[in-house]
Amino acid sequence: MAEKRKDLIKISSGEAEQPFRWSAGADGSKFLTEIRDHKRFMGIKCPKCGKVYVPIRRVCGPCYVEMEELVPVSDEGSIVTYTVVQFGFVDPSTGKQKPVPYCYAVIHLDGSDSYILHFVDETDPEKLKIGARVKAVFEDDDKRTGSLLDIKHFALLDQTG
Amino acid sequence: MAKKRVAVTGVGMTKQRSSRPDVTGIELINEAVRAALDDAGITRKDVDAIVIGNMDHFEGINYVDTWSVDGNGALMKPIMKVCTGGTTGTTVAMAAYYHVASGLFDKVLAIAWEKNSESDTTGAIITAFDPFWDRPCFAGAVAGLALEATQYMAETGATEEDAAYVAVRDRKHALLNPYAHLHINLTIEMVMESPYLSWPVKMGDMCPRTDGACALIFASEDVVDEFPHRPAWILAVADRHLWAYTSDPYVNQKMVGGTWFPAMEKATEEIYSKVGITDPLNQFDLAELYLPYSFAGLRYMESLGFCDRGGGPELVRSGATDLGGKCPVNPSGGVLSSNAIGATGLLRVAECALQLQGRAGERQVPNARLALATGFGGCFWSDELILGVDKPEKPRG
Ligand SMILES: [Zn+2]
Repeated sequence: MAEKRKDLIKISSGEAEQPFRWSAGADGSKFLTEIRDHKRFMGIKCPKCGKVYVPIRRVCGPCYVEMEELVPVSDEGSIVTYTVVQFGFVDPSTGKQKPVPYCYAVIHLDGSDSYILHFVDETDPEKLKIGARVKAVFEDDDKRTGSLLDIKHFALLDQTG
Repeated sequence: MAKKRVAVTGVGMTKQRSSRPDVTGIELINEAVRAALDDAGITRKDVDAIVIGNMDHFEGINYVDTWSVDGNGALMKPIMKVCTGGTTGTTVAMAAYYHVASGLFDKVLAIAWEKNSESDTTGAIITAFDPFWDRPCFAGAVAGLALEATQYMAETGATEEDAAYVAVRDRKHALLNPYAHLHINLTIEMVMESPYLSWPVKMGDMCPRTDGACALIFASEDVVDEFPHRPAWILAVADRHLWAYTSDPYVNQKMVGGTWFPAMEKATEEIYSKVGITDPLNQFDLAELYLPYSFAGLRYMESLGFCDRGGGPELVRSGATDLGGKCPVNPSGGVLSSNAIGATGLLRVAECALQLQGRAGERQVPNARLALATGFGGCFWSDELILGVDKPEKPRG
């Protein structure tokens, strides 16, 4: 590490915050409110290629058509790929250190054709594998706010049973 | 269609360093621009237009074109900023190329830079991703790339040690480049013993965070003779972008007709057909690839057609991509040795130009005539440029 020089000045952006307020849109909101109010996953189906997207988005990119038809999707699925995060970093959404280690994975929910990114409750890489079955674990009823984090994580299902 | 043939005729860069508290961003940019103008034997007055780029968020300066106008040389001249994430530097090169190829400008200055030391890189990268669907779980570039590494190893049987060969190669090359940031005589053991950042990616597999800038002069065929160095011709460019969500590239493997890394495969198909590349390993004299971590140096060789799927480890272990091998990859030391993110893509083009001009010093590839440069970014986006010593027969897109 370079030693800190007193003759060269740096200033910090300080404690000031610049909060943003993002819109999920009507479709994204539908996905989030279904989870918040009913602990259910909804997808949206492309009228042209028939692919089902989760989370809900308005446009199918490859077909470039707008989608309308909402379809239920399972809260179980399988791992497409994963990593176990071990380095500490500050989460820019909270300003706090993200608790590590944690596993996050690309997850393919049964009945959908797209993937979502979420936590899995296992941090030993030896115990994780591509194709492993997982199931969503939701936050308690009084804690769900309409965020992807209303899903606490996905639980690795026992493969032996 | 392109109206003019275009060459790189001047190269300037700062030394890539972990932190440059002695300069502001404007002054850092100025160092590279001054070097490029001197190298090309021209002054600010001769420049017709400027393209500049860096990563949004990283320095918290969002109007860099205007903010840096004293340093970038654009005072009272046309300038535009481009930012395409990790591919920014190569997109800056392509935008400068478009300016000149269109016939509207003869001499265009391309600038790309970053001061990674001024913010937390992982935090800055996370803010580039979707606030609803990505940010809650995402852990920046390291973990995003680790997802790819896990999949690659599972599908091909490649090992962490295979990847370590890439890191060792690039950092050995960097020892010959005084402008590189990391000068570490790395060994396979050192990579393997380095701590996991995000399994299966270790500290030794990752690029550093760097402060640095790069500037190039792009010139029309009508004026190339005014410059002291031989032109490094841009033979063709191609780029492909995918959807934005972090999990989308894995969907795209099935949905957009690619098999593996669709954006790179489609860009490669286009650019190789334009230039007539059918056997890249034997036709290119060198490649400067945006490999942000070691595993990329295996998998991307396959998407670029240097070997069959799953053949990356054998190719790299054979030494064919080392300096002195059939097609040296990253003679500059690559991204694994210097990563001032906004500048990184443009540095790939800069190294190709220096090599083709025979000005690459101790790391010179003998008689280099044809070179491939790539940019990587976002959710597996891909920019590609091919440069050559021989003037193309006609202007080409
Ligand atoms: Zn569709």
